[in-house]
Amino acid sequence: MNTRDTYIPKSENQGAKREFVSYIKGGIASLVLTLAAFGLVAFDMVSGLGALAALGGLAIVQIVIQFRYFLHIDLQKSHRDDLQLILFTGLIVSLMIGGTLWILFDQHARM
Amino acid sequence: MTDHHHPGLNLGHTDRSTHAAAEEMIFGFWIFLMSDMVLFALLFATYAAMSVHGVAGGPAPADLFELKSALYQTLLLLTSSFTFGMASLALKYRKDTGRLLFWMGVTFLLGAGFLVLEARDWVKMVTEHNAPPQRSGFLSIYYLLTGTHFAHVSAGMIWMAVMAVQLAVFGNDGPVKLRLMRLALFWHMLDVVWIGIFTFVILLGVAP
Repeated sequence: MNTRDTYIPKSENQGAKREFVSYIKGGIASLVLTLAAFGLVAFDMVSGLGALAALGGLAIVQIVIQFRYFLHIDLQKSHRDDLQLILFTGLIVSLMIGGTLWILFDQHARM
Repeated sequence: MTDHHHPGLNLGHTDRSTHAAAEEMIFGFWIFLMSDMVLFALLFATYAAMSVHGVAGGPAPADLFELKSALYQTLLLLTSSFTFGMASLALKYRKDTGRLLFWMGVTFLLGAGFLVLEARDWVKMVTEHNAPPQRSGFLSIYYLLTGTHFAHVSAGMIWMAVMAVQLAVFGNDGPVKLRLMRLALFWHMLDVVWIGIFTFVILLGVAP
């Protein structure tokens, strides 16, 4: 039985109860991060670049948490293909968003 | 037997043959999802430029967006992502379809609540704030970005309804499981996109 189970990554081989706990963890963490982000703005605790940094940071943490607990992407070897695809998409996305903003804001400054 | 695993809940030892079939199929769907993320990234980039320079004398983000409605939408979509997780567990560990259908039904209703609230926001913007898509570049891309997400959520709900029929007809067997596993990835990914929308569109639009 153990040799068969070695084919299943740890995150998938812990039985229904522990997988359930994993969804609960992801759900609670996402809820806390969401309320924190809305709270910062609702109570006027952030502004300008500070708001971008704080809210952007909370969003990135929540995205990582949902990838980890809802989409089951982790750092184990068997998940590396998916992780590499995510990281490559992240690279393409940041090039496109960064490049678009650079060019459009530069154009605007010259108009 | 390989040691490859795919995103989302792996069937693993609970259904070996379907798990083996899932690896390739789900990796392919994962590639589609990543390309979908690229589409959303371009909409976000255009929005980031337009919401600053494209207001054209019309209403700006801070004049239009309501935190309360956005918070309710966020909570509905986040909860629906969690309830689909519960559906995935029922899919993996239960042969009967009762609990799976129950959680899919809950997810469907939460998704419907999200769509209603978002549509109500749009109606309010157009009727009360005179902010239709053609008013400014900012509003065009705002409706395009949130509308693309809205269309994805609607597509996910149609997919859910089709899968409920397939579950009733075929039961919880191999091919049906594989389709539901791809739907789960699609649904979870829509909540990830929504994190970007409520953070960069709503919250940063309202923040001083």
